[in-house]
Amino acid sequence: MPGLTQTGKNIYQWFEDRLGLGKPVMEAVEHEVPESTASWWYVFGSAATVLLVMQVMTGVLLGLVYSPSAGHAWSSLEFLDHSVRLGWFLRALHGWGSDFMIAIVLIHMAQVFLFGAYKFPRELTWIVGVVSLLLTLAMAFTGQVLRFDQDSYWGLGIGASIVSRVPWIGGPLVRLMLGGPIIAGPTLTRFFALHVFIIPGLLIAMVAVHLWMVLRLGINEWPMPGRLVSKTTYTRNYQKLTRDTGIAFVPDAAWKDAIFAAAIMLAVMACAFFFGPFGPTGQPDPTIIQTAPKPDFAFLWIYAVLAYLPPSLETPMLFIAPVLGIGAMLLLPLLSPQGEKHWSRRPIAVLMVAVIAVVLGVFTHLGTYTPWSPIMDAWTSDPIPVIYLQGRTPLERQGALVLQNKQCRNCHSIGGSGGLRGPALDGVATRMTEDQIFRQVLQGGGNMPAYGNALSPPETKALVRFLSTLNNKNEPKAIDASRNLVTAAPDKTAPVGVH
Amino acid sequence: MNSNEEPNLPIEADADQTLMDQATLVRRAGHSRRTFLFKLSLLANGVVGAVMAVPIIGYLLGPGSKTAAAEEYWVPLGPITNFPEGETRLATFRNPVTTAWDGQTGDVPCWVRRQSGTTFQVFAINCAHLGCPVRWFSESKLFLCPCHGGAYYEDGARASGPPERGLFVYDHKLSGDLLMISAGTMPTLATRQTTTAETLTQIAAAIPSAAIPMPKPRCASCQD
Repeated sequence: MPGLTQTGKNIYQWFEDRLGLGKPVMEAVEHEVPESTASWWYVFGSAATVLLVMQVMTGVLLGLVYSPSAGHAWSSLEFLDHSVRLGWFLRALHGWGSDFMIAIVLIHMAQVFLFGAYKFPRELTWIVGVVSLLLTLAMAFTGQVLRFDQDSYWGLGIGASIVSRVPWIGGPLVRLMLGGPIIAGPTLTRFFALHVFIIPGLLIAMVAVHLWMVLRLGINEWPMPGRLVSKTTYTRNYQKLTRDTGIAFVPDAAWKDAIFAAAIMLAVMACAFFFGPFGPTGQPDPTIIQTAPKPDFAFLWIYAVLAYLPPSLETPMLFIAPVLGIGAMLLLPLLSPQGEKHWSRRPIAVLMVAVIAVVLGVFTHLGTYTPWSPIMDAWTSDPIPVIYLQGRTPLERQGALVLQNKQCRNCHSIGGSGGLRGPALDGVATRMTEDQIFRQVLQGGGNMPAYGNALSPPETKALVRFLSTLNNKNEPKAIDASRNLVTAAPDKTAPVGVH
Repeated sequence: MNSNEEPNLPIEADADQTLMDQATLVRRAGHSRRTFLFKLSLLANGVVGAVMAVPIIGYLLGPGSKTAAAEEYWVPLGPITNFPEGETRLATFRNPVTTAWDGQTGDVPCWVRRQSGTTFQVFAINCAHLGCPVRWFSESKLFLCPCHGGAYYEDGARASGPPERGLFVYDHKLSGDLLMISAGTMPTLATRQTTTAETLTQIAAAIPSAAIPMPKPRCASCQD
């Protein structure tokens, strides 16, 4: 056995004499870090790196089968899911790994921001990190394109429509993005090149630079309230802190990184195993228009924002907001390189993280059920509740039929089913008088189309009569007080018919 | 600088001060010459790089340099008998510009509204908001978009929702009894007019429609 160990050492030494990598690598992994950084709060960056490695590996494995041809990509995914042994699991790992990676990268960013780690001398580390975040999101978008299904096809359509709004050069930019006049073969191949060669290459380079700077400048120490960062004293203080409280990164601090990374990998594998791969949804055939395209999870909030923005604000928001947002993230460490690091003394920073998290969360949640979208088949699938038909006159029941047939249900729910685009009609008679309903149906307004052209007078009459029966329980119907006044006292002073 | 490259310099024999100075001078001259040559090589590589960049940039920008008009062609949608008067039907056509590996993505749908006789409107499938496929609902006489809820009236005018404008329209003409549209590029704000502009129906020279294989229009109100 000792002989074997000696042989092993000799072999290592043979390589080390020639490569000379062992020594610097050992120095890097054993470098001293302040003891306070051996924390469970400091594990997200390494977990994101581990996820990146997993994404590269699963991506390469998927590349063994995937066909980047518009005519065959979808079939090759179906082939992966159903005909290649464990192909579905590799696809699921890659898909879930992407969602986990975005989540971990965002958490890492929030932690770094709250711990003031972007301040001197780590400004460039933060900036490179922001670029890496953008590249990660670009990977997510291009990856969704490679899953060449209906969502991917129409997602490209949304992308092209956004790009077409760029002033002056919108047209050429769309053609550059699509690689031709329409979304087709050349579109998929260029997104394949982006997803498989260009963006991963940039991302790996950025992560390498990021890691290099973390090693070179040292991991950010645990911030203490009142311990301000100053460019003149910081490096000296940090070196002293490392000297006084230093522990070897491996193994003293790194075990927490390793355990967290293992837990995350286990979570990815569990999600992949139990929930399976994402899609593909329907074939990328634009003539199949029975589809409600939706972006992947990471972009649902943008999808929601685009539904709620006032039309006049849309184009400015699409092109100015990202510039401001990304610009602010990039400039943050340059504008605020010194001062307080601790979150308890930076209320605005805490508030910003909280507000951004809540906003992203709310919009993402809205994006999961898209209340702004008409439900295209509600008019044929959701019946009028029986209770709304009981005790109604024939005319009112005819109105219920009109409601159904004229596809009102696609935007208005009744009895809890139907679209959420317009208000629910269950208590409409409590809110509106018969005359108001007439006007609203015929002329529209308030984001409702006018139905004057689509309804005959008898249909309108029946529909409005039916709607007028829908008052909330124990709440009276809306009345036009002035009309009562007029009809109750027709023979008062005002001469009728003068005007 | 590596002294191995200069074997004839008498470095060891530093007995004489002037000899030493001479050696330094020679070495400096050599350094200066090599620095100049290195700069020259940088310049040469810069020139080669610039020459190389021309075709690469040309290749990359190639798809963007064509104008939309250059790839617009008249494509047939079928005989007008396929489109009953007063109705709106889904028609599909093969994009005039395709590659062999486009598969189904080369098939493009559009909405054909025949108001009466030879009066047509042909709308793009793409919502004028962000390009999702709008669907025609014949009962409520509306086009509805599944993505963000844009709605349009039967004549393509905006009804409600996020779009600021009407549906995109294709130019169309009648060749005999054949309905043709000018198509080829994805309808976007950069390439196509919306319904705010009046569309004209041209009646051109007759082409027998039987000569061209035609896709059948699909039922507009069938949801599956």
